[in-house]
Amino acid sequence: MNFATKALHGVSCFDPVTGASSVPIYQASTFHQADLDAPGLYDYARSGNPTRHALEEAIAVLEGGTRGFAFASGMAAISSVFMLFSAGDHIVVAEDVYGGTFRFLTQVLSRMGIEVTFVDTTCTHAVENAIKPGTKGIYLETPSNPTLKVTDLAAVCRIAKKHDLLVMVDNTFMTPYYQKPLELGADVVIHSATKFIGGHSDVIAGLAVTKDEALGKQLYFIQNGMGAILGAQDSWLVMRGLKTLKARLDVSSRSAETIAQWLSQHPAVSRVYYTGLCTHAGHDVQTSQASGHGAVLSFDVGSRERAKAVFDRVKLPIVAVSLGAVETILSYPAAMSHAAMPPEERKKRGITDGLIRLSAGLEDTEDLLQDLAQALDSLHELRIPDDKKTFSRV
Amino acid sequence: MPSQTIEGSGIKMHLETKLVQTGVGKEETTGAINFPVYYATAYRHPGIGESTGFDYTRTGNPTRAVLEEAIAAAESGDSGFACASGMAAIHTTMGLFSQRDHIIVSLDLYGGTYRLFEQVLTRYGLWFTYADLRDTEAVRAAIRPETKAIFVETPTNPLMQITDLREVAQLAKEHGLLTIVDNTFMTPYFQRPLELGADIVLHSGTKYLGGHNDVLAGLIVTKGSELSEKVKFLHNTIGAVLGPQDSWLLLRGLKTLALRMERHQSNAFAVAKQLLGHPAVSEVFYPGLPEHPGHQTHSSQASGFSGMVSFRVRSADQVPVFLQNLKLISFAESLGGVESLCTYPATQTHADIPQEIREYVGVCDRLLRLSVGIEHPDDLAADVTQALDASLVTGGQLR
Repeated sequence: MNFATKALHGVSCFDPVTGASSVPIYQASTFHQADLDAPGLYDYARSGNPTRHALEEAIAVLEGGTRGFAFASGMAAISSVFMLFSAGDHIVVAEDVYGGTFRFLTQVLSRMGIEVTFVDTTCTHAVENAIKPGTKGIYLETPSNPTLKVTDLAAVCRIAKKHDLLVMVDNTFMTPYYQKPLELGADVVIHSATKFIGGHSDVIAGLAVTKDEALGKQLYFIQNGMGAILGAQDSWLVMRGLKTLKARLDVSSRSAETIAQWLSQHPAVSRVYYTGLCTHAGHDVQTSQASGHGAVLSFDVGSRERAKAVFDRVKLPIVAVSLGAVETILSYPAAMSHAAMPPEERKKRGITDGLIRLSAGLEDTEDLLQDLAQALDSLHELRIPDDKKTFSRV
Repeated sequence: MPSQTIEGSGIKMHLETKLVQTGVGKEETTGAINFPVYYATAYRHPGIGESTGFDYTRTGNPTRAVLEEAIAAAESGDSGFACASGMAAIHTTMGLFSQRDHIIVSLDLYGGTYRLFEQVLTRYGLWFTYADLRDTEAVRAAIRPETKAIFVETPTNPLMQITDLREVAQLAKEHGLLTIVDNTFMTPYFQRPLELGADIVLHSGTKYLGGHNDVLAGLIVTKGSELSEKVKFLHNTIGAVLGPQDSWLLLRGLKTLALRMERHQSNAFAVAKQLLGHPAVSEVFYPGLPEHPGHQTHSSQASGFSGMVSFRVRSADQVPVFLQNLKLISFAESLGGVESLCTYPATQTHADIPQEIREYVGVCDRLLRLSVGIEHPDDLAADVTQALDASLVTGGQLR
């Protein structure tokens, strides 16, 4: 079955009792037990809710894993997955992870005795060099947020296997439609389902999928024990989003590619980050491990003042935190998604004051280009200082 | 009793009034009496560095904010935080502590809390001593240099043991410890631990606050701006937040909290009396009964006794017969809803506590817990009585 068909007909899409075309919302916290000695499939909704369960099964099938889990937010999924580790464990983490993940690792988990080393995971050797006796896991985002650096998933997974490490991949930007990390050797896939999977800027949710049953059991214990679960109504909204995931991504990604190409020709833009551009450093690896490039791109207009001017002038995109929606969203990583990261850490990762992230929505591409043109055309031509010459337009 | 004045007048509001009026007047665009459900994850920024007060729903959602403000006011706290479940609220709060910190905890305790502490948080270097918090001297003796907090359930789940909140909070203050109280059983309608000196109140909002067995939720209320800021950081960073629809359901529940609690309580008295007089029952645990050992202390710190009643039957083999014969009361794992539920702690809520500890504490295989709902008291008493009668008969013979 192909992806789009699987998303619609793969699993538990119908209510078995009435045949209803969508799973009902079970707004129940507890379930009557008919027999003391034979507990039913569901007993307490934190431990299991039929609506949430349908979503969990669906994402497990789409990611090619054995077990799915739905959480209250992407960060709830991430913080729960990190609870697989214990004090004294060391984890190698991609250096340009989402700012919220960075904040959780450096300000909460560090107090619990977990040590983290941030490395440039695009360089497979750097990953191997960071491994030490206490290392237990590798955490990746590819393409990364917001500069879309690509990590070779199969290569890193091979290293991990050699050292018996758990590989966790945040697959939010790609979704299983474009990239299936479990098939490339990863053990856990994580999503902020708030983004492309939900897709409508109307629900906060996180998902995780484990490859093998033993790990699935461990994560289930943590999901139930910590209780950061997704509510029934929200689970239903995510499932509704999943049904149109392919159609939305097809349109959004096509738009993103056109916009990226257009921006890379624009004199007001110093740099464009999009893996679909063949000049992008990660283009080849991306093409080999994913079937698409996604709908997110970033571009640099040179300074905070110029970025502010762009934000002031655009009419169509929502200026907001978040991405992966039907509406095009422009965000300013330095002050939004990566505000939780100290300025020097941001600088190291290329998150400059002129960087703008664009998540293409479903608007007509021509309308988006026209809007961007009117916002950028009036910016005076960008003069690149001599010492930044190597930082030239892609 | 926390009170605030009705806007534009000098009239003081009682808690009942405040609860019913939750969210009223907050929606200024249309004047809707009930605050709308905001299904937005992101909020349009007027420009770089400008915000409407809402940026991203994990950090703050307007519907959730109304709920958070309401619970903070009801508990006489400074800030409220709504979480995905009661356990998410407890887990988020425990993020305040670091490796090697020590916490003193009620010996009798909800099994899920025990499981989180012993099977997850100990792996992160936190450690816990379970003490009989009825005995303030036992608490004092458990304090160590690394101790950072005292975690209290009162009444405890399921044995209804009572901790003197003023005394324990005072002791905690003397030693610079935080007092954290799980107030799920009482709700702010009957008991407000922050007024008695506690620093943090926790709720499984799934129970009485939601009240309809239809939503999972947790709440945290903090006192003091420094503590509130810390919990706010953890709430956003860990991300175990409550969704808008669930927040709205909880708001809806809060409006009838006072009515429901009064009815839960009067029904609980009726059921407790029925149990006391029945030959199949050996002990009844309900703090409202004058003979309950914690009755005096509880009456000094709470204005009511709520709707939870535990009891022991005479022999463990009565339990399955009793449960099978209940006609009206559902055998299910939860509490605090309008429908009466019966729970068997040994295999349900407290299954994760090792048997020897469970039995030492008193959560034995003869113990049953009733969450008395708001049905007619005579119907509940009749159901309990006929099921108890049946539990005494085996193979046509009286046991």
